[in-house]
Amino acid sequence: MAEKKGSDERFKKFGTVSFTSLTKTNDFIDYMEKGKIAGTRCKDCGRAFFPPRADCCQCLASHMEWFEVTGNGRLVSFSRLEYGPTGFQEDVPYCIALLDYGQFKVFGRIAKDVPEKDIAVGMPMKTVVNRLPNGQLNYVFAKA
Amino acid sequence: MSRVAIIGVGQSEFVRSYPGSVRELAFEGFKEAMHDARLTSRDIQASIICSAPEYDKQRSPAGVLAEYLGLNPQPTVYVESLCSSSSMGLRLAYALVTSRLHDVVAVIGFQKMSEITSAESQERMGRGADIQWESPFGTMMPAYYAMYARAHMAAHGTTLEDLALIRVKAATYGQLNDKAVYRKPVTLGSLSNPEDRMAGPVASPLRVGDCCANADGSSCVIVASEEKARIYCQKPVWVLGLGAATASVNLAGRDLFTGLTVAREASRQAYKMAGVGPQDIDVAEVHDCFTIAEMLAYEDLGFAKPGGGKELIRSKATYKEGHIPVNVDGGLLSKGHPIGATGGSQIRTVVLQLREEAGPIQVKSPEIGLVHNIGGVGLYGNVSILGR
Repeated sequence: MAEKKGSDERFKKFGTVSFTSLTKTNDFIDYMEKGKIAGTRCKDCGRAFFPPRADCCQCLASHMEWFEVTGNGRLVSFSRLEYGPTGFQEDVPYCIALLDYGQFKVFGRIAKDVPEKDIAVGMPMKTVVNRLPNGQLNYVFAKA
Repeated sequence: MSRVAIIGVGQSEFVRSYPGSVRELAFEGFKEAMHDARLTSRDIQASIICSAPEYDKQRSPAGVLAEYLGLNPQPTVYVESLCSSSSMGLRLAYALVTSRLHDVVAVIGFQKMSEITSAESQERMGRGADIQWESPFGTMMPAYYAMYARAHMAAHGTTLEDLALIRVKAATYGQLNDKAVYRKPVTLGSLSNPEDRMAGPVASPLRVGDCCANADGSSCVIVASEEKARIYCQKPVWVLGLGAATASVNLAGRDLFTGLTVAREASRQAYKMAGVGPQDIDVAEVHDCFTIAEMLAYEDLGFAKPGGGKELIRSKATYKEGHIPVNVDGGLLSKGHPIGATGGSQIRTVVLQLREEAGPIQVKSPEIGLVHNIGGVGLYGNVSILGR
Protein backbone atom coordinates (compact mmCIF):
# COMPACT_ATOMS: atom_id res chain seq x y z
CA MET A 1 0.00 0.00 0.00
CA ALA A 2 1.37 3.40 -0.91
CA GLU A 3 2.46 5.55 2.00
CA LYS A 4 0.26 8.57 2.61
CA LYS A 5 2.32 11.57 1.55
CA GLY A 6 2.12 15.26 2.23
CA SER A 7 -0.29 15.06 5.14
CA ASP A 8 0.04 18.37 7.00
CA GLU A 9 -0.96 17.64 10.56
CA ARG A 10 0.54 20.66 12.29
CA PHE A 11 -2.77 21.44 13.98
CA LYS A 12 -2.43 18.32 16.13
CA LYS A 13 -0.26 20.51 18.37
CA PHE A 14 -3.11 22.86 19.35
CA GLY A 15 -4.40 22.54 22.89
CA THR A 16 -4.09 19.93 25.62
CA VAL A 17 -5.99 17.55 23.34
CA SER A 18 -6.47 18.45 19.69
CA PHE A 19 -9.51 17.02 17.95
CA THR A 20 -8.50 18.35 14.54
CA SER A 21 -5.38 17.51 12.58
CA LEU A 22 -6.03 18.80 9.07
CA THR A 23 -7.11 22.38 8.47
CA LYS A 24 -6.32 25.04 5.89
CA THR A 25 -5.44 27.33 8.80
CA ASN A 26 -2.43 25.21 9.82
CA ASP A 27 -0.15 28.26 9.57
CA PHE A 28 -1.70 29.30 12.88
CA ILE A 29 0.65 26.80 14.50
CA ASP A 30 3.69 28.33 12.78
CA TYR A 31 2.72 31.74 14.16
CA MET A 32 2.36 30.21 17.63
CA GLU A 33 5.80 28.60 17.37
CA LYS A 34 7.11 32.16 16.81
CA GLY A 35 5.20 33.40 19.86
CA LYS A 36 2.43 35.05 17.87
CA ILE A 37 -1.35 34.70 17.84
CA ALA A 38 -2.87 35.31 14.42
CA GLY A 39 -6.28 35.63 12.87
CA THR A 40 -7.27 35.93 9.23
CA ARG A 41 -8.70 38.87 7.32
CA CYS A 42 -10.63 38.66 4.04
CA LYS A 43 -8.74 40.53 1.34
CA ASP A 44 -12.00 41.24 -0.49
CA CYS A 45 -14.20 42.71 2.26
CA GLY A 46 -11.69 43.33 5.03
CA ARG A 47 -13.61 41.34 7.65
CA ALA A 48 -11.36 40.08 10.46
CA PHE A 49 -11.86 36.56 11.77
CA PHE A 50 -10.78 35.03 15.03
CA PRO A 51 -10.49 32.12 15.29
CA PRO A 52 -8.91 32.23 11.84
CA ARG A 53 -10.88 30.91 8.88
CA ALA A 54 -9.79 29.84 5.42
CA ASP A 55 -13.01 31.06 3.82
CA CYS A 56 -15.12 34.22 4.01
CA CYS A 57 -18.83 33.43 4.31
CA GLN A 58 -19.66 37.06 3.50
CA CYS A 59 -17.84 37.14 0.13
CA LEU A 60 -17.97 33.40 -0.56
CA ALA A 61 -14.28 33.74 -1.36
CA SER A 62 -11.08 32.29 0.05
CA HIS A 63 -8.66 35.19 -0.26
CA MET A 64 -7.32 35.47 3.25
CA GLU A 65 -4.33 37.15 4.82
CA TRP A 66 -3.00 36.68 8.35
CA PHE A 67 -2.92 39.43 10.96
CA GLU A 68 -1.40 39.38 14.40
CA VAL A 69 -3.58 39.70 17.50
CA THR A 70 -1.91 42.45 19.53
CA GLY A 71 -2.80 44.77 22.38
CA ASN A 72 -5.44 44.24 25.01
CA GLY A 73 -8.95 42.86 24.94
CA ARG A 74 -11.66 43.28 27.55
CA LEU A 75 -12.63 40.24 29.64
CA VAL A 76 -16.23 39.34 28.72
CA SER A 77 -16.58 36.45 31.17
CA PHE A 78 -14.77 33.45 32.64
CA SER A 79 -15.31 30.26 34.60
CA ARG A 80 -12.96 28.19 36.76
CA LEU A 81 -13.34 24.45 36.16
CA GLU A 82 -12.91 22.10 39.08
CA TYR A 83 -13.41 19.00 36.93
CA GLY A 84 -12.02 18.41 33.48
CA PRO A 85 -13.31 16.27 30.66
CA THR A 86 -11.43 13.12 29.63
CA GLY A 87 -7.91 14.10 28.63
CA PHE A 88 -7.88 17.32 30.67
CA GLN A 89 -7.86 15.98 34.24
CA GLU A 90 -4.19 16.87 34.68
CA ASP A 91 -4.89 20.52 33.89
CA VAL A 92 -7.53 21.28 36.55
CA PRO A 93 -8.23 23.70 37.98
CA TYR A 94 -8.17 26.12 35.04
CA CYS A 95 -10.21 29.10 33.88
CA ILE A 96 -11.76 29.37 30.44
CA ALA A 97 -12.53 32.89 29.31
CA LEU A 98 -13.45 35.21 26.44
CA LEU A 99 -11.69 38.45 25.48
CA ASP A 100 -13.33 41.13 23.35
CA TYR A 101 -10.96 42.98 21.01
CA GLY A 102 -13.73 45.01 19.34
CA GLN A 103 -13.48 43.67 15.78
CA PHE A 104 -13.22 40.10 17.00
CA LYS A 105 -13.20 38.04 20.20
CA VAL A 106 -10.77 35.38 21.44
CA PHE A 107 -11.82 32.30 23.43
CA GLY A 108 -9.12 30.68 25.56
CA ARG A 109 -7.79 30.13 29.05
CA ILE A 110 -6.58 32.55 31.70
CA ALA A 111 -2.89 32.16 32.62
CA LYS A 112 -2.32 29.88 35.63
CA ASP A 113 -0.40 32.59 37.50
CA VAL A 114 -3.36 34.99 37.63
CA PRO A 115 -5.17 34.43 40.97
CA GLU A 116 -8.93 34.07 40.62
CA LYS A 117 -9.48 36.92 43.10
CA ASP A 118 -7.71 39.28 40.70
CA ILE A 119 -9.97 38.42 37.77
CA ALA A 120 -12.97 40.66 37.05
CA VAL A 121 -15.35 40.99 34.13
CA GLY A 122 -14.38 44.03 32.08
CA MET A 123 -10.67 44.04 32.95
CA PRO A 124 -8.11 44.40 30.13
CA MET A 125 -6.01 41.33 29.33
CA LYS A 126 -3.61 40.28 26.60
CA THR A 127 -3.32 37.00 24.70
CA VAL A 128 0.02 35.16 24.90
CA VAL A 129 1.32 31.85 23.56
CA ASN A 130 1.70 29.10 26.15
CA ARG A 131 3.55 25.80 25.94
CA LEU A 132 1.82 23.04 27.88
CA PRO A 133 3.68 20.46 30.02
CA ASN A 134 2.89 17.78 27.41
CA GLY A 135 4.61 19.85 24.68
CA GLN A 136 1.37 21.02 23.09
CA LEU A 137 0.69 24.70 22.36
CA ASN A 138 -2.21 26.89 23.38
CA TYR A 139 -2.67 30.52 24.27
CA VAL A 140 -3.66 32.14 27.54
CA PHE A 141 -4.80 35.51 28.79
CA ALA A 142 -2.37 37.43 30.98
CA LYS A 143 -2.77 40.65 32.91
CA ALA A 144 -2.46 43.68 30.60
CA MET B 1 -54.12 25.67 6.22
CA SER B 2 -55.62 23.02 8.47
CA ARG B 3 -54.26 22.73 11.97
CA VAL B 4 -51.82 20.22 13.46
CA ALA B 5 -52.50 18.52 16.78
CA ILE B 6 -50.65 16.55 19.43
CA ILE B 7 -52.87 13.56 20.18
CA GLY B 8 -50.66 11.50 22.46
CA VAL B 9 -47.69 12.01 24.80
CA GLY B 10 -45.51 9.70 26.83
CA GLN B 11 -42.19 9.36 28.56
CA SER B 12 -40.25 6.76 30.43
CA GLU B 13 -39.15 7.33 33.97
CA PHE B 14 -35.87 9.27 33.80
CA VAL B 15 -33.20 7.32 35.69
CA ARG B 16 -29.48 7.45 36.35
CA SER B 17 -28.87 4.10 34.72
CA TYR B 18 -31.51 2.30 32.70
CA PRO B 19 -31.30 -1.50 33.11
CA GLY B 20 -31.97 -2.31 29.48
CA SER B 21 -31.03 -1.52 25.90
CA VAL B 22 -31.75 1.60 23.89
CA ARG B 23 -34.62 0.01 21.98
CA GLU B 24 -36.22 -1.16 25.22
CA LEU B 25 -35.83 2.31 26.69
CA ALA B 26 -37.47 3.90 23.63
CA PHE B 27 -40.33 1.43 23.90
CA GLU B 28 -41.32 2.83 27.30
CA GLY B 29 -42.04 6.38 26.14
CA PHE B 30 -43.60 5.11 22.91
CA LYS B 31 -45.90 2.69 24.73
CA GLU B 32 -47.21 5.41 27.04
CA ALA B 33 -47.88 7.81 24.15
CA MET B 34 -49.63 5.11 22.09
CA HIS B 35 -51.83 4.15 25.04
CA ASP B 36 -52.55 7.83 25.58
CA ALA B 37 -53.57 8.26 21.93
CA ARG B 38 -55.26 4.83 21.85
CA LEU B 39 -53.46 3.93 18.63
CA THR B 40 -51.68 0.86 17.34
CA SER B 41 -48.37 0.87 15.46
CA ARG B 42 -50.25 0.49 12.17
CA ASP B 43 -51.78 3.95 12.68
CA ILE B 44 -48.36 5.63 12.72
CA GLN B 45 -47.44 6.62 9.18
CA ALA B 46 -43.88 7.74 9.85
CA SER B 47 -41.49 8.10 12.76
CA ILE B 48 -38.87 10.69 13.60
CA ILE B 49 -36.17 9.42 15.97
CA CYS B 50 -34.36 12.09 17.99
CA SER B 51 -31.15 11.83 20.03
CA ALA B 52 -27.64 13.19 20.20
CA PRO B 53 -25.06 10.80 18.75
CA GLU B 54 -22.15 9.04 20.48
CA TYR B 55 -23.72 8.23 23.84
CA ASP B 56 -24.45 4.64 22.86
CA LYS B 57 -22.97 2.14 20.44
CA GLN B 58 -25.86 1.86 18.00
CA ARG B 59 -25.25 3.61 14.71
CA SER B 60 -28.31 4.81 12.78
CA PRO B 61 -30.75 4.08 15.62
CA ALA B 62 -33.84 5.12 13.64
CA GLY B 63 -34.13 1.85 11.72
CA VAL B 64 -33.48 -0.28 14.79
CA LEU B 65 -36.12 1.54 16.84
CA ALA B 66 -38.67 1.53 14.01
CA GLU B 67 -38.44 -2.25 13.85
CA TYR B 68 -38.62 -2.74 17.61
CA LEU B 69 -41.64 -0.42 17.92
CA GLY B 70 -43.52 -2.23 15.14
CA LEU B 71 -43.17 0.65 12.70
CA ASN B 72 -42.05 -1.31 9.60
CA PRO B 73 -42.44 -0.70 6.72
CA GLN B 74 -43.25 2.95 7.44
CA PRO B 75 -40.44 5.46 6.81
CA THR B 76 -38.27 6.74 9.62
CA VAL B 77 -35.57 9.38 9.91
CA TYR B 78 -33.01 10.34 12.53
CA VAL B 79 -32.73 13.97 13.60
CA GLU B 80 -30.39 15.66 16.03
CA SER B 81 -29.87 19.16 17.30
CA LEU B 82 -28.22 18.08 20.56
CA CYS B 83 -30.46 18.80 23.57
CA SER B 84 -33.29 20.25 21.45
CA SER B 85 -33.47 17.21 19.15
CA SER B 86 -37.05 16.20 19.95
CA SER B 87 -38.37 19.77 19.63
CA MET B 88 -36.74 19.79 16.21
CA GLY B 89 -38.51 16.47 15.68
CA LEU B 90 -41.85 18.16 16.43
CA ARG B 91 -41.02 20.85 13.89
CA LEU B 92 -40.29 18.24 11.21
CA ALA B 93 -43.44 16.30 12.10
CA TYR B 94 -45.43 19.52 11.69
CA ALA B 95 -43.94 19.94 8.22
CA LEU B 96 -44.69 16.34 7.24
CA VAL B 97 -48.31 16.69 8.36
CA THR B 98 -49.00 20.12 6.84
CA SER B 99 -47.44 18.95 3.57
CA ARG B 100 -49.96 16.05 3.60
CA LEU B 101 -47.17 13.52 3.14
CA HIS B 102 -48.34 11.88 6.37
CA ASP B 103 -51.34 12.28 8.68
CA VAL B 104 -49.94 10.73 11.87
CA VAL B 105 -46.28 10.95 12.86
CA ALA B 106 -44.52 9.71 16.02
CA VAL B 107 -41.68 11.85 17.37
CA ILE B 108 -39.54 9.57 19.55
CA GLY B 109 -36.71 10.99 21.65
CA PHE B 110 -34.25 8.90 23.62
CA GLN B 111 -30.86 9.01 25.29
CA LYS B 112 -28.98 6.40 27.20
CA MET B 113 -26.08 8.29 28.71
CA SER B 114 -25.09 5.72 31.31
CA GLU B 115 -23.10 3.51 28.93
CA ILE B 116 -20.17 5.91 29.29
CA THR B 117 -18.56 7.58 32.33
CA SER B 118 -19.43 11.09 33.47
CA ALA B 119 -16.01 12.38 32.36
CA GLU B 120 -16.46 10.75 28.95
CA SER B 121 -19.90 12.25 28.65
CA GLN B 122 -18.51 15.70 29.54
CA GLU B 123 -15.90 15.20 26.84
CA ARG B 124 -18.61 14.37 24.29
CA MET B 125 -20.68 17.32 25.42
CA GLY B 126 -17.59 19.52 25.16
CA ARG B 127 -17.31 18.31 21.57
CA GLY B 128 -20.83 19.62 20.98
CA ALA B 129 -18.95 22.93 21.03
CA ASP B 130 -16.27 24.00 18.53
CA ILE B 131 -13.84 21.06 18.43
CA GLN B 132 -11.26 22.91 16.37
CA TRP B 133 -10.90 26.06 18.44
CA GLU B 134 -12.62 25.63 21.81
CA SER B 135 -12.59 21.98 22.91
CA PRO B 136 -8.74 21.85 22.97
CA PHE B 137 -8.96 24.20 25.98
CA GLY B 138 -10.96 21.60 27.93
CA THR B 139 -14.47 23.02 27.72
CA MET B 140 -17.56 21.58 29.37
CA MET B 141 -21.22 22.53 29.24
CA PRO B 142 -21.36 23.76 32.87
CA ALA B 143 -18.39 26.07 32.25
CA TYR B 144 -20.01 27.67 29.19
CA TYR B 145 -23.25 28.34 31.04
CA ALA B 146 -21.16 29.53 34.00
CA MET B 147 -19.69 32.18 31.71
CA TYR B 148 -23.22 33.36 30.90
CA ALA B 149 -24.01 33.35 34.62
CA ARG B 150 -20.96 35.47 35.40
CA ALA B 151 -21.79 37.94 32.62
CA HIS B 152 -25.44 38.14 33.75
CA MET B 153 -24.36 38.78 37.34
CA ALA B 154 -21.93 41.50 36.24
CA ALA B 155 -24.50 43.22 34.01
CA HIS B 156 -27.67 42.84 36.06
CA GLY B 157 -26.71 42.19 39.67
CA THR B 158 -28.13 38.67 39.64
CA THR B 159 -26.87 36.74 42.66
CA LEU B 160 -25.97 33.17 43.52
CA GLU B 161 -28.97 33.20 45.84
CA ASP B 162 -31.25 34.05 42.90
CA LEU B 163 -29.90 30.99 41.10
CA ALA B 164 -30.38 28.88 44.22
CA LEU B 165 -34.02 30.02 44.37
CA ILE B 166 -34.52 28.47 40.92
CA ARG B 167 -33.13 25.16 42.17
CA VAL B 168 -35.38 25.31 45.24
CA LYS B 169 -38.43 25.84 43.00
CA ALA B 170 -37.35 22.93 40.77
CA ALA B 171 -37.03 20.65 43.79
CA THR B 172 -40.40 21.78 45.14
CA TYR B 173 -42.03 20.22 42.08
CA GLY B 174 -39.48 17.49 41.41
CA GLN B 175 -40.65 15.84 44.64
CA LEU B 176 -44.09 15.46 43.06
CA ASN B 177 -42.83 13.97 39.78
CA ASP B 178 -42.57 10.19 39.90
CA LYS B 179 -40.63 10.21 36.61
CA ALA B 180 -37.88 12.50 37.92
CA VAL B 181 -34.35 11.39 38.80
CA TYR B 182 -34.04 13.82 41.71
CA ARG B 183 -37.03 13.88 44.06
CA LYS B 184 -35.50 15.20 47.29
CA PRO B 185 -36.19 18.66 48.74
CA VAL B 186 -33.50 21.31 48.31
CA THR B 187 -33.23 24.25 50.68
CA LEU B 188 -31.78 27.67 49.93
CA GLY B 189 -29.16 27.08 52.60
CA SER B 190 -27.90 23.85 51.06
CA LEU B 191 -26.41 25.70 48.06
CA SER B 192 -24.51 28.09 50.32
CA ASN B 193 -23.38 25.58 52.97
CA PRO B 194 -19.83 24.48 52.07
CA GLU B 195 -20.46 21.18 53.87
CA ASP B 196 -23.40 20.37 51.59
CA ARG B 197 -22.88 18.45 48.35
CA MET B 198 -25.23 20.89 46.58
CA ALA B 199 -22.74 23.71 47.21
CA GLY B 200 -19.76 21.83 45.75
CA PRO B 201 -17.94 23.76 43.02
CA VAL B 202 -18.33 22.59 39.40
CA ALA B 203 -17.43 25.54 37.20
CA SER B 204 -17.48 28.88 38.98
CA PRO B 205 -19.85 30.45 39.75
CA LEU B 206 -22.02 27.34 39.23
CA ARG B 207 -22.30 24.73 41.97
CA VAL B 208 -23.51 21.13 41.95
CA GLY B 209 -27.02 22.36 42.79
CA ASP B 210 -27.03 24.65 39.75
CA CYS B 211 -26.60 21.72 37.36
CA CYS B 212 -29.02 19.09 36.12
CA ALA B 213 -27.99 15.44 36.14
CA ASN B 214 -27.33 13.18 33.18
CA ALA B 215 -30.09 10.60 32.82
CA ASP B 216 -31.39 7.79 30.69
CA GLY B 217 -34.86 8.30 29.30
CA SER B 218 -37.23 8.33 26.37
CA SER B 219 -40.19 10.40 25.27
CA CYS B 220 -42.80 10.27 22.53
CA VAL B 221 -45.16 12.81 20.98
CA ILE B 222 -47.83 11.73 18.49
CA VAL B 223 -48.55 14.45 15.93
CA ALA B 224 -51.64 14.36 13.68
CA SER B 225 -53.55 16.31 11.08
CA GLU B 226 -56.73 18.06 12.22
CA GLU B 227 -58.84 15.42 10.40
CA LYS B 228 -57.17 12.52 12.19
CA ALA B 229 -57.12 14.37 15.50
CA ARG B 230 -60.90 14.80 15.31
CA ILE B 231 -61.28 11.04 14.75
CA TYR B 232 -58.77 9.76 17.30
CA CYS B 233 -58.70 12.31 20.08
CA GLN B 234 -61.11 13.82 22.63
CA LYS B 235 -58.72 16.53 23.76
CA PRO B 236 -56.34 17.48 20.97
CA VAL B 237 -53.71 20.06 21.82
CA TRP B 238 -52.95 22.31 18.87
CA VAL B 239 -49.56 23.42 17.65
CA LEU B 240 -50.07 27.19 17.46
CA GLY B 241 -46.56 28.43 16.79
CA LEU B 242 -43.07 27.06 16.12
CA GLY B 243 -39.77 28.90 16.09
CA ALA B 244 -36.24 27.67 15.52
CA ALA B 245 -32.88 29.39 15.30
CA THR B 246 -29.11 28.88 15.32
CA ALA B 247 -26.09 30.88 16.50
CA SER B 248 -22.30 30.73 16.29
CA VAL B 249 -20.96 27.60 17.94
CA ASN B 250 -17.82 29.42 19.14
CA LEU B 251 -18.48 32.03 21.83
CA ALA B 252 -16.03 34.24 19.96
CA GLY B 253 -18.66 34.57 17.23
CA ARG B 254 -21.33 35.90 19.60
CA ASP B 255 -22.21 39.36 20.84
CA LEU B 256 -24.72 38.58 23.61
CA PHE B 257 -23.66 36.95 26.90
CA THR B 258 -26.59 37.89 29.13
CA GLY B 259 -29.09 35.91 27.07
CA LEU B 260 -29.33 33.42 24.21
CA THR B 261 -29.98 34.89 20.76
CA VAL B 262 -31.47 31.59 19.59
CA ALA B 263 -34.16 31.75 22.28
CA ARG B 264 -34.99 35.36 21.45
CA GLU B 265 -35.23 34.64 17.72
CA ALA B 266 -37.11 31.33 18.07
CA SER B 267 -39.63 32.88 20.48
CA ARG B 268 -40.13 35.89 18.20
CA GLN B 269 -41.02 33.49 15.37
CA ALA B 270 -43.25 31.32 17.53
CA TYR B 271 -45.16 34.25 19.06
CA LYS B 272 -45.69 35.73 15.59
CA MET B 273 -46.94 32.45 14.11
CA ALA B 274 -49.27 31.86 17.07
CA GLY B 275 -50.45 35.47 17.13
CA VAL B 276 -49.78 35.73 20.87
CA GLY B 277 -47.25 37.39 23.15
CA PRO B 278 -45.46 36.47 26.36
CA GLN B 279 -48.34 37.89 28.44
CA ASP B 280 -50.65 35.25 26.91
CA ILE B 281 -48.63 32.24 28.11
CA ASP B 282 -50.34 30.41 30.99
CA VAL B 283 -47.72 27.73 31.60
CA ALA B 284 -44.17 27.21 30.32
CA GLU B 285 -41.49 24.56 30.24
CA VAL B 286 -38.04 26.05 29.78
CA HIS B 287 -34.65 24.43 29.25
CA ASP B 288 -33.15 24.63 32.75
CA CYS B 289 -30.09 22.46 32.20
CA PHE B 290 -28.54 24.92 34.67
CA THR B 291 -30.23 27.39 37.01
CA ILE B 292 -28.84 30.29 34.99
CA ALA B 293 -30.45 28.84 31.86
CA GLU B 294 -33.90 29.27 33.41
CA MET B 295 -33.04 32.84 34.41
CA LEU B 296 -31.95 33.63 30.85
CA ALA B 297 -35.13 32.00 29.52
CA TYR B 298 -37.38 34.28 31.63
CA GLU B 299 -35.83 37.24 29.88
CA ASP B 300 -35.29 35.78 26.40
CA LEU B 301 -38.95 34.70 26.23
CA GLY B 302 -40.16 38.13 27.36
CA PHE B 303 -41.61 37.00 30.69
CA ALA B 304 -39.30 39.65 32.18
CA LYS B 305 -37.23 42.49 30.76
CA PRO B 306 -33.46 41.93 30.45
CA GLY B 307 -32.16 41.88 34.02
CA GLY B 308 -35.66 41.45 35.44
CA GLY B 309 -35.59 37.66 35.67
CA LYS B 310 -34.45 37.70 39.28
CA GLU B 311 -37.61 39.55 40.31
CA LEU B 312 -39.75 36.73 38.86
CA ILE B 313 -38.11 34.07 40.99
CA ARG B 314 -37.83 36.26 44.10
CA SER B 315 -41.57 36.99 43.96
CA LYS B 316 -42.40 33.35 43.15
CA ALA B 317 -44.18 34.49 39.96
CA THR B 318 -42.91 31.33 38.26
CA TYR B 319 -44.38 28.99 40.91
CA LYS B 320 -47.58 27.08 40.17
CA GLU B 321 -49.76 29.80 41.70
CA GLY B 322 -47.81 32.66 40.12
CA HIS B 323 -48.74 34.60 37.00
CA ILE B 324 -46.35 32.65 34.77
CA PRO B 325 -45.72 29.12 36.11
CA VAL B 326 -42.43 27.73 34.76
CA ASN B 327 -41.14 24.15 35.04
CA VAL B 328 -43.75 23.01 37.55
CA ASP B 329 -42.80 19.42 36.68
CA GLY B 330 -39.42 19.99 38.33
CA GLY B 331 -37.62 20.90 35.13
CA LEU B 332 -34.43 19.32 33.89
CA LEU B 333 -32.88 20.16 37.28
CA SER B 334 -35.15 17.56 38.91
CA LYS B 335 -36.12 15.27 36.06
CA GLY B 336 -32.60 14.86 34.72
CA HIS B 337 -31.62 15.54 31.13
CA PRO B 338 -31.60 12.57 28.75
CA ILE B 339 -30.64 14.83 25.85
CA GLY B 340 -32.72 13.52 22.95
CA ALA B 341 -35.75 12.79 25.17
CA THR B 342 -35.87 16.13 26.95
CA GLY B 343 -37.89 18.19 24.47
CA GLY B 344 -40.53 15.47 24.23
CA SER B 345 -40.80 15.39 28.03
CA GLN B 346 -41.26 19.16 28.13
CA ILE B 347 -43.95 18.93 25.43
CA ARG B 348 -45.64 16.13 27.38
CA THR B 349 -45.86 18.27 30.51
CA VAL B 350 -47.41 21.20 28.65
CA VAL B 351 -49.87 18.94 26.81
CA LEU B 352 -50.99 17.37 30.11
CA GLN B 353 -51.37 20.86 31.60
CA LEU B 354 -53.51 22.04 28.68
CA ARG B 355 -55.65 18.88 28.99
CA GLU B 356 -55.89 19.59 32.75
CA GLU B 357 -54.51 16.14 33.47
CA ALA B 358 -51.35 17.26 35.30
CA GLY B 359 -52.44 16.07 38.75
CA PRO B 360 -50.72 17.74 41.71
CA ILE B 361 -48.84 20.20 39.49
CA GLN B 362 -51.90 21.33 37.51
CA VAL B 363 -52.00 25.10 37.01
CA LYS B 364 -55.43 26.76 36.89
CA SER B 365 -57.23 26.44 33.53
CA PRO B 366 -54.34 27.08 31.14
CA GLU B 367 -55.24 27.92 27.54
CA ILE B 368 -51.81 28.45 26.02
CA GLY B 369 -48.49 26.81 26.91
CA LEU B 370 -44.90 27.30 25.73
CA VAL B 371 -41.92 24.95 25.40
CA HIS B 372 -38.38 26.43 25.25
CA ASN B 373 -35.75 23.82 24.33
CA ILE B 374 -32.10 24.73 23.72
CA GLY B 375 -29.44 22.63 21.99
CA GLY B 376 -25.81 23.01 23.01
CA VAL B 377 -24.99 26.29 24.72
CA GLY B 378 -27.44 28.33 22.69
CA LEU B 379 -26.26 26.74 19.45
CA TYR B 380 -29.79 25.62 18.56
CA GLY B 381 -33.03 27.01 19.95
CA ASN B 382 -36.59 25.77 19.54
CA VAL B 383 -39.71 27.42 20.94
CA SER B 384 -43.10 25.73 20.52
CA ILE B 385 -46.42 27.28 21.50
CA LEU B 386 -49.33 24.93 22.13
CA GLY B 387 -53.00 25.63 22.81
CA ARG B 388 -56.18 23.75 23.56
